[in-house]
Amino acid sequence: MSIELGHFALILTFAIATISTIGGYGFWRSGPRIALVLSQGAILQFILVAVAFAALVQAFVTSDFSLLLAANNSHSLKPLIYKISGVWGNHEGSMVLWILILVAFGAMVAAFGRRLPDDLLTLVLATQSLLTAAFAGFTIFTSNPFARLVPAPLEGNDLNPVLQDIGLAIHPPLLYAGYVGFSICFSFAVAALVSGRIDQAWARWVRPWTMLSWIFLTLGIAMGSYWAYYELGWGGWWFWDPVENASFMPWLAGTALLHSALVMEKRNALKIWTIFLSIITFSLSLLGTFLVRSGILTSVHTFASDPTRGLVILTLLALVIGGAFALFAFRAASLRQGGLFAPVSREGALILNNLFLATAVGAILVGTLYPLLLDALTGTTISVGAPFFDLTFGALMAPLLLVLPFGPLLAWKRADIVGAAQRLIGAAAVALFATILISALGGVSISLAPIGLLLGFWVAFGAVAELVDRSKLGRIPLRESGRRLAGLPRTAWSTAIAHFGIGVTVLGIVSTTAWETELVTTLNPGESAQLSGYTVVFDRFAQVPGPNYLADEGHFTVTDPGGGTRSMLADRRTYVASGMPTTEAAIETYGFSQLYLQLGEPLDDTHVVRIWHKPYITLIWLGTVLMALAGLLSLTDRRLRVGVPRRATGTQPEPAR
Amino acid sequence: MRWLRVLLLALCLVAPVAAVGPDEILPDPALEQRARDISAGLRCLVCQNQSIDDSDAELARDLRVLVRERLVAGDSDEAVRQYVVDRYGEYVLLNPRLGWHTILLWAAGPLLLLAGLATLLVTGRRRRAAEAGLSAQEQAALDELR
Repeated sequence: MSIELGHFALILTFAIATISTIGGYGFWRSGPRIALVLSQGAILQFILVAVAFAALVQAFVTSDFSLLLAANNSHSLKPLIYKISGVWGNHEGSMVLWILILVAFGAMVAAFGRRLPDDLLTLVLATQSLLTAAFAGFTIFTSNPFARLVPAPLEGNDLNPVLQDIGLAIHPPLLYAGYVGFSICFSFAVAALVSGRIDQAWARWVRPWTMLSWIFLTLGIAMGSYWAYYELGWGGWWFWDPVENASFMPWLAGTALLHSALVMEKRNALKIWTIFLSIITFSLSLLGTFLVRSGILTSVHTFASDPTRGLVILTLLALVIGGAFALFAFRAASLRQGGLFAPVSREGALILNNLFLATAVGAILVGTLYPLLLDALTGTTISVGAPFFDLTFGALMAPLLLVLPFGPLLAWKRADIVGAAQRLIGAAAVALFATILISALGGVSISLAPIGLLLGFWVAFGAVAELVDRSKLGRIPLRESGRRLAGLPRTAWSTAIAHFGIGVTVLGIVSTTAWETELVTTLNPGESAQLSGYTVVFDRFAQVPGPNYLADEGHFTVTDPGGGTRSMLADRRTYVASGMPTTEAAIETYGFSQLYLQLGEPLDDTHVVRIWHKPYITLIWLGTVLMALAGLLSLTDRRLRVGVPRRATGTQPEPAR
Repeated sequence: MRWLRVLLLALCLVAPVAAVGPDEILPDPALEQRARDISAGLRCLVCQNQSIDDSDAELARDLRVLVRERLVAGDSDEAVRQYVVDRYGEYVLLNPRLGWHTILLWAAGPLLLLAGLATLLVTGRRRRAAEAGLSAQEQAALDELR
């Protein structure tokens, strides 16, 4: 019964979204009444999709296998958390989650956007409704999650064991929140193009939404990276796979958008480019979610093996993205540019940031799609893998990192580059010293490692230098500096922390790439192995049943170079329902480094054991967490808070000329 | 969508072998390191975008053993790669070779950067020109008024 209720709720959402779209675009000039109707419609859509989603969750939790989706993807013995996460561990369910987040953002705009001008609010909500209608329609007509199965089986097929992990419970919702959040920027851009009105206030409304989505996407990608790191059993954390590139491109574009919207908000410049980036970012998000599923990118192993479904997805993508760009081409010229500035200025620096980020997006996009096009056009099959992307992306990011610390130190409009350089000399010296010291201690195994270290330290210390400079540390009494630091706007802190986070991530990447050690060996219980000063003793081997799997467990004791001992447990599981094996690596964190231990397959009478020492690898994810925290901090800044009124304190008197 | 990828990789785990086994490793560490570097650039043909160095599939293991055999036989790195390409096609190379068919791929990054820079220069100059003030026609009109 509740299943049909959920189904009905989703159909109703489709209907309401369609009506909202038509009404909104038809009557957006009609003032507050239509804005109110669309706001209520947006909130109603959210409630309805929440009901639909809850119906699915209920069926999975109660193991109602008369629901085809639950029968295919759930199992009564599965732990509760994986029953719930199983809802979005498949194509149909993940579509409903996607739509749920879409309408949640729409409802948030309706709830917090009361102070937006009526016509803008109406157009934004109409565009959100258009997206909802399109994807709810797609779900209902081609991938119905509410299909019943008669007769209902006694037991389900189980979720793929690799997906039975806390990572799956968190990673897709975060990633989707990031992808879908950019729909708000998209809707604002479309609204600006339709109404032909765009000003600094527009950028001020858009920036918090961009920031919020960017935070989710940052965490989602980092989470996914860490999950693959521990789940795949050999410690790789980034593969430049098409699926990963698809999530990385919107992140890069979103990062560029954050910076260009800043220019627009402060200086009323870069309007057309900001609009363009808003559209591009969400278009890339759509590509990220759907191109992979359309069956084009990976011809095998995709969810949507049904070719008609792939065709519908592609048509939808073409209509949404193509429509937006057509509108852009038609209307962008009518937008007026403002705010003049010299090439050397804060604006100039932010443009440089955008240039490199946008080029990186373009290069990754070409690298991802090139094999496909080449195959289609000439029949030649090639692979474009990690070595290509490492080189291309690295070559584009190195100059960006090199100039990054200068940006925040430059003034708006016209800046003094020599002055900025002087203020960064300290940071440069410390970075150089740290690099030489570490290279001397660690030995240089990869020739590029010192350059990477230097860039990482330079960016990190450059961010610190900015704070030092703004607090006049060392030039005025310490207490006074402390007061200045505490009094800095939160956005200044946020900039510094985010840039520091980039430096930290770079350092983690470089150190783990250059100084990782590995040992592959065979061990019997009682024997031991040594790696990078760590002694690993294989204590015992045991076969133990889990809730829905059988585990081969290896119990180990590790003695670190300092003499402390810890026990580690690595296991291999065979899942009952599917018969599929997984490896669960044991990971111990020492400071920022990790010891990674995997119990391999039996070889003759012994066990294969793989041990890795990954120096400072946690810095990779720590840096991304810092970036996300910086984003949160910036959101709490009074000037940027979601829903902040257009003019908080009345009108400013016009300055005398 | 990484979970999708993990799921796909899991399909490679079905065969009961795993990435580089202890029985495969060559006694000479220098040779073994060369084998690892070559393996990292060769694609596992049954997996999705995974190198044979990381892959657990049976075929990847066969390729790893093949690479080591060629190295022991005295082949140079490039000769080993060519040996594999001759048998499996250019598809196995994760780093595509520079050639007429990949010229656009390799040039895409630099070209995009140049295009971006050129656009910036042109728009910057145009804007400065606009800032500088009057066009010739406007200047003529102004002179007439004087």
